[in-house]
Amino acid sequence: MLSDSPTDQSIGIVTSQTVNIKQPLKLACGLVLETHNLVYETYGELNSLKSNGILLCHALSGDHHAAGFYAGDSKPGWWDHYVGPGKPIDTDKFFVVSLNNIGSCFGSTGPTSINPDTGKLWGADFPSLRARDWVESQKMLMEHLGIDCWATVIGGSLGGMQAMRWSLEYPDKLLNAVVIASSMKLTAQNIAFNEIARRAIKSDPDFCDGHYLEQNKAPLRGLALARMIGHVTYLSDELMGQKFGRQLRIGDLIDKSNDPIEFQIESYLNYQGDKFSDSFDANSYILITKMLDYFDLSREYNNDPVAAFAHAQCDFLVMAFSSDWRFAPQRSREIADALMSAGKSVSYVEIESDKGHDAFLLPNDRYEQALGSYLSRVADGLNAPLGDGQ
Amino acid sequence: MNQDFDIIHDWITPSTRVLDLGCGDGALLLSLQQKHNILGYGLEVDPQAINQCIARGVNVIEQDLNKGLTNFADGSFDTVVMTQALQAMRLPHLVLDEMLRIGRECIITFPNFGYWRTRAYLNFRGRMPVTKQLAYQWYDTPNIHFFTYADFETLCVERNINILHRQCIAEHFPDTKLKSLWPNLFTQTAVYHLSR
Repeated sequence: MLSDSPTDQSIGIVTSQTVNIKQPLKLACGLVLETHNLVYETYGELNSLKSNGILLCHALSGDHHAAGFYAGDSKPGWWDHYVGPGKPIDTDKFFVVSLNNIGSCFGSTGPTSINPDTGKLWGADFPSLRARDWVESQKMLMEHLGIDCWATVIGGSLGGMQAMRWSLEYPDKLLNAVVIASSMKLTAQNIAFNEIARRAIKSDPDFCDGHYLEQNKAPLRGLALARMIGHVTYLSDELMGQKFGRQLRIGDLIDKSNDPIEFQIESYLNYQGDKFSDSFDANSYILITKMLDYFDLSREYNNDPVAAFAHAQCDFLVMAFSSDWRFAPQRSREIADALMSAGKSVSYVEIESDKGHDAFLLPNDRYEQALGSYLSRVADGLNAPLGDGQ
Repeated sequence: MNQDFDIIHDWITPSTRVLDLGCGDGALLLSLQQKHNILGYGLEVDPQAINQCIARGVNVIEQDLNKGLTNFADGSFDTVVMTQALQAMRLPHLVLDEMLRIGRECIITFPNFGYWRTRAYLNFRGRMPVTKQLAYQWYDTPNIHFFTYADFETLCVERNINILHRQCIAEHFPDTKLKSLWPNLFTQTAVYHLSR
């Protein structure tokens, strides 16, 4: 049984590594990346059978730094609450691999890298990507690490899409898929929000048709606006009401004066937008939001999710959060229903939370328990005398 | 409690698909998995129970039975099971219809309110029975429909439900003669195997 509350234990100081994958990566769009770089971190030890690997798949704005701290840094990785010794993704039991995927902007090959054919930055010319391209590239990292089969592939949102894609593309290369706050395809409303975000970026005069880096510019205002829109959709109305309400940061609405007035939520959103635009690349944002839009698990299976999942061999844990309206629980229930119809092992948990889509990154007792219980069973299976790794 | 599990085991064909409505901690599905190699799924809403299912490797789907089962296709399961929960459903007769739509067969267990001790409780104390099996006060009980063995039989006739097997459990009267003579009086837990 897992400890009843998250421990304060951390994996501690971590460092990232970079591998240059020399194998050509044929992308879904037809183009080939002859080589590509992947930045990644690992936590825990790979066992002698190499059977305890867990792959973490990040979402739209994620990176490879999921857990622990960089030396001298006080802010832990984005999933530190869930990844570490004694935590649900227990680094005492598992060898956890977290990478930055191609097309992103934290060191792996992407729009901010040099295009070897031109010697210039890729910028907006970086090839369009699909979730399966990330899976292909992750498969190459897997081979580099000498892992033959993942104990579990796990991810939230776009990360969950990768986990599902893994189960179809390489059914014998994973034993479990944990799909959190995800969907088999985006709804029109969801695509609409992504397009508003892209339009915001492209409308910034500093976007320069996506070649801003060559001109030493960056569409910071556009990207900040894109993030502000996204951020609102990742929270719930209820939570924003609780957290900010109508509180003012500056000014007074009772006073009859012409002095400036600012709501707390305005200040918060502006801060979040600016912080994000300083750290993320606009072309990556466009590229990865499109990747989300294009994802459709069962397109090549006659649009039949049951036929798609018939190819999977792993067990599934599917989780959703009650107040998530960007990846609503109904989307996750559809995944669970399709898996049941396909005769696959699946559990589905709908977690009560007022934190919207962001809930998958935040502390939550039930979420921790469900994930921890599931993975501790996975860990027990690894120690079984026979049949492990099958 | 395990007596009804034993009976259910006898009625389940190995290696078939079983849906357990209100599966609790997954004990029944686990034993069916182990003994009969079934492919089982349980529906449950209690977070604690859901977590127990996950911890022991039983497939569990968080779903409120009272909100319908429309996500399950006709005939998508060989057997749909519901143990000790029909009396807690908002509309038991419709749940029964749904079970027989989704499953080829279904198995139901329920506490018989016609059991002599329950009758005696109400008769002599003049108060709603609180028994080991029905251990709630009238105001906090999740069991909102009280019915007897005889009531259930009538419902099956009315709704054209075919009774494949029935078994009566009574811990004080293992004597099967009494149970077969006056099942409504001597059945504590009724176990039914049904089809359309």
